[in-house]
Amino acid sequence: MDLQTIWFLAIAVLWTGYFVLEGFDFGVGMLLPVIGRDDTDRRVMINSIGPVWDGNEVWLITAIGATFAAFPAWYGSMLSGFYLPFLAIVLALIVRGVAFEYRGKVDDDRWRRRWDVAIVVGSTVPALAWGLIFADLLRGLPMGPNHVVDAGLADMLNPYALLGALVTGSLFLLHGAVFLSLKTDGPVRVLARAVALRAAIVAVPALVGFLGWTLAHRPAGWTLPVAVVAVVALVTGAGLAGRGREGWGFASTAVSVLGTSVVIFGSMFPVLIPSTTDPALSLTVAGAASGPYTLEVMSWIALVLLPFVIGYQAWSYWVFRRRVTRAHIAPAH
Amino acid sequence: MDALDLARWQFGITTVYHFLFVPLTIGLSAIVAILQTAWHRTGKVEYLRATRFLGKLFLINFAMGVVTGIVQEFQFGMNWSSYSTFVGDVFGAPLAMEALLAFFLESTFIGLWIFGWDRLPRRIHLACIWIVAIGTNFSAYFIIAANAWMRHPVGFTVDETTGRARLTDIWAVLTNAQAWSTYLHVVSGAFIAAGLFVVAVSAFTLMRARRPRRAGDAVPHASEDGLFRKTLRLGLAVTAIAGALVVFSGDHQAKLMAQYEPMKLAGAEALWEDEHGAGFSLFAVGDIREGRNHINVQVPNVLSFLATGDLEGDVQGINDVQQRLEQQFGPGDYRPNIAVLYWSFRLMMGLGLAGVGIGVVGLWLTRRGRLPSKRWMYRIAILGLPAALAANVFGWILTEMGRQPWTVVGELLTAASVSPGVSLTEVAISLSTFTLLYAALAVVEVKLLLRYVAAGPAAVMPYPPDDDPGPDIPAARERDDDRVPAFVY
Ligand code: HDD
Ligand code: HEM
Ligand code: HEM
Repeated sequence: MDLQTIWFLAIAVLWTGYFVLEGFDFGVGMLLPVIGRDDTDRRVMINSIGPVWDGNEVWLITAIGATFAAFPAWYGSMLSGFYLPFLAIVLALIVRGVAFEYRGKVDDDRWRRRWDVAIVVGSTVPALAWGLIFADLLRGLPMGPNHVVDAGLADMLNPYALLGALVTGSLFLLHGAVFLSLKTDGPVRVLARAVALRAAIVAVPALVGFLGWTLAHRPAGWTLPVAVVAVVALVTGAGLAGRGREGWGFASTAVSVLGTSVVIFGSMFPVLIPSTTDPALSLTVAGAASGPYTLEVMSWIALVLLPFVIGYQAWSYWVFRRRVTRAHIAPAH
Repeated sequence: MDALDLARWQFGITTVYHFLFVPLTIGLSAIVAILQTAWHRTGKVEYLRATRFLGKLFLINFAMGVVTGIVQEFQFGMNWSSYSTFVGDVFGAPLAMEALLAFFLESTFIGLWIFGWDRLPRRIHLACIWIVAIGTNFSAYFIIAANAWMRHPVGFTVDETTGRARLTDIWAVLTNAQAWSTYLHVVSGAFIAAGLFVVAVSAFTLMRARRPRRAGDAVPHASEDGLFRKTLRLGLAVTAIAGALVVFSGDHQAKLMAQYEPMKLAGAEALWEDEHGAGFSLFAVGDIREGRNHINVQVPNVLSFLATGDLEGDVQGINDVQQRLEQQFGPGDYRPNIAVLYWSFRLMMGLGLAGVGIGVVGLWLTRRGRLPSKRWMYRIAILGLPAALAANVFGWILTEMGRQPWTVVGELLTAASVSPGVSLTEVAISLSTFTLLYAALAVVEVKLLLRYVAAGPAAVMPYPPDDDPGPDIPAARERDDDRVPAFVY
C-alpha cells in the first residue's frame, strides 16, 4: 500500500473515531430537553459526558489538521466549498463548548435554560451537518478547474444529502441514548432506554435507505457486508439497551456508527470530491496529497503518538467509569 | 471592499480574539499548577483554596480559548484555500502535530483535572494540571513554528508542476530560528499577562477589604487577606521574571527581523532610507507618498544597536528595501501599513513594559509583608492586566501586518491566498456572525469572571461553619468513593 492510501486510511480512522466518540455526546446534547425532565436530571446527563466531550472533539480537530497536512487540496476545497455548512458547524461548536462550561456557573434558572438551548442547538446542527457534508462529498458537487467548488446551498440540499443528515442525526441520537442508559442511573436511565427504542424507528430505516443508496451510487464491492453489519448492529444495540444489557448495547451502536463511517470512506476512495461539472476535474487522493516526505514524517509522528493518545483517553474513560446519579449532583454551587 | 478585505478583517478579528484567552491559558495553567503543588507539599488549606479559586477563573478563560481556536483551524480552509493548498505540505505538519501532541493532552487531562479531584490519587491529580500546562506549551510551540515559517520559510522547495510548496526538511521547520525565538517571546508575554491577571484579582480583593465597609457588605473571611497577599506576590514575581525574558527575546526578535524582514523593521521605525548608526524613533509623523518623515524625535544609534548589536550598524530603510524588492519580484508596492506598524511597535513595548514595571515596583512595595496604603496603587495594579493583553495584541498586529503584502514572505502574496470560490456575501455573513457572537461571549465571560472574583474563594470552597479557615488537609489519599466530585458542571 502506498503512503497516500495509508494517509487516506489514517484520516478515515480519525473521522471514524470522531463520529463514534462525539456521536454519543451530540446525542446526549440533543436529548437534553427530552430526557432531562428537571434540572438535576439535566445535570446528570451533562456530567455523564462532562469529563470527555472536549477530548472527543479533538478527534475532529486532529482529523481536520491531518487533512490539512496530508491532503491540502482536499482541505481547501472541502472547507471553502461547504462554506456555510462549516460556518454553521463552527458556530454550533462554539456555543456548545461554552455552554457546558458556563451553564453551572450561575445559580439561576433563566441562565441555565439559555445555555440548555445552546447545548441542544449546538449538538443538533453539527450532527445533521456532518451527514449532509459527507453525503454531498460522495454524491459530487459542481467543481471547476483547480478544484474550486462552485456549489450553492441549493446544490447541497438534495434528497440524498438530506437523508445523510437524517442518518447522522438519528444515529447519534440513538447512540447518545444508549450511552445515557449505560452511564447514568435513576429516571434518566429508564427514559433513555425507552428513547433508544423509539429512535430506532427512525434511525434504522434511514440508515438502510442511505447505505443502500450509497452502495448503488458508489459501488465498491466489499462495502456491502460492512453496511449489513452497521444496520444489524444498530437494531441489536437499541434492543440490548432496551433490555438492560447496556454495555453490549453501547458496543453495538458504536459498531454501527463505525460501520457507517467505514462505508462512507470506503465508497469515497479514491475520488475525494467528484466533479459533477466534468468528471475529469474531480479531486482524487493522488491529486490532493502532500509529497512523500511529508507523508512519511507524519506517519512516524502518528505511529508514535496515536497509541499514547488512545491509551490515556481510554484511561480517562476508565477513571470515570461509574454511573452518574442524582445523588452525585451537588445541590447548587 | 471585496472578499479579500473581509477575509483579512475576519482573520485579524478572530485571531486577536483567540489571543486574548491564549496568553492567560498558557500562564494561568502553570500558576494554578504551582499553587496546587504548594498545597501538595505543605498541606496548607490556603493553597488549596487559592488553587480552586484561580482554577475556576482559569477554566472560565480556558473554555473561550478552546472554542475560539476551533475557528482558526477551520478558517484557513474556508477563507484561505489557495494559501492552504500552497502551504499545506509544510504548514499542515506542525498543525497536525499540535493536535496530536498538545490538544489531546490538554483536553483529556483538563477533564481529568476538573472531574478528578476525588476520583484520582492526589499525586496523579496534581500531575494532570501539570500535563495541561505542558500541553499548552507544546501547542504554542507548534503553532508558532507554523507561523514563523510564514515569516522565514525554510526546509522546502516549490514544486515546478503543481506550484505547491513541498516540505524537504521538517527539522529545519521546527528549529527555525524565528520559531524558538518567537516562542520564547510569546510565552514570556503570556506569563506577563497571566501574572498581571493574578495581580489584578488579588489587588482588587485586597483593596476592597481595605475600603470603609458599607452596610450589607459581605465580610470576607479572615484568612483571605493572607491568601491574597501570597497570590499577589506570586503574580508580581511571575510578571517580573517573564519581563526579563520578554526584553531579552524581544531584542533577539528585532535582530531576526532586521535580517529576514527588513521592511517590517524599517516600517516599525519609520526609517525611510538605509542608514548607518540609525537612531531609535520616539515620535514621528511621516508621509508615505513622499516617503519621508515631517517630524522625527530620535535617540541616536539605538536602532542600530537593537537591530544589529552594533551602535554603528547598518539598518535598511523603507524606500531602499522597496527598490530591492521590485528588482527581485517585479513591480508592485511591497510596503506594509507604516503608521500601524510604527504605533503597534511602540504600544507593545510601552504598555508591556509598563506592566513589567508594575511587577518590579510591586515586588518592592510588598517586600517583607508590606502592602501599599494608597488606593491608586491598587488601581494601577489592576490596569496592568488590560495593558499586558493590549501589548500582546499589538505585538501580533506588528508581526502580521508587517508581513504584508505577503502571507509567506517572498513566496505567496496575501492577495493570491484567498479562496477563489468564496463570495463576498459568504465572507460577509461569517464575518458578521463571528463578530456578533464574539462580542456577546465577551460580555458573558467578563461578567462571569467579575462575578467569581467578587464572590471570592468562599464561593468555590466554602469555609467550615466554625469560622476557622479549615483544617490543613495533608496530601495523603483518603479513600471515600461517594464524595461529591468537585467542579461538576
Ligand atoms: C506582554 C507582551 C510583550 C512585551 C512586553 C513585548 N512584546 Fe514584543 N511581541 C509580543 C509581546 C510583547 C507578542 C504578542 O508575543 C509578539 C507577537 C508575535 C510574536 O512573536 O510576539 C511580539 C512581537 C515582537 C516583534 C515582531 C517579531 C516579528 O514580527 O518577527 C518584535 C521585534 C518584538 N516583539 C520586540 C519586542 C521588544 C524589543 C520588546 C521590549 C523590550 C517587546 N517586544 C516587548
Ligand atoms: C500560525 C499562526 C498564524 C497564521 C498562519 C497567520 C496567518 C495570517 C493570515 C493568512 C492573515 C491574513 C492576511 C492579512 O490580512 O494580512 C493574517 C492576518 C492577521 N493575523 Fe495572523 N496568523 C497567525 C497567527 C496570528 C495570531 C496568533 C495573531 C494574533 C493574535 C495574528 C494576528 C493577525 C492580524 C492582526 C492580522 C490582520 C493583518 C492585516 O489585516 O493586515 N495572527 N494572519
Ligand atoms: C492562527 C493559528 C491558530 C490555530 C489554527 C489555532 C488552533 C487552535 C485550536 C483548534 C484550539 C482548540 C483546541 C481544543 O479544542 O482543545 C486552540 C486553542 C488554543 N491555542 Fe490556538 N490556534 C492558533 C493560534 C495560536 C497561537 C499563536 C497560540 C500560542 C501562542 C495558540 C495557543 C493555544 C492555546 C494555549 C489554546 C487553549 C486551549 C487548548 O489548547 O485547548 N494558538 N487553538
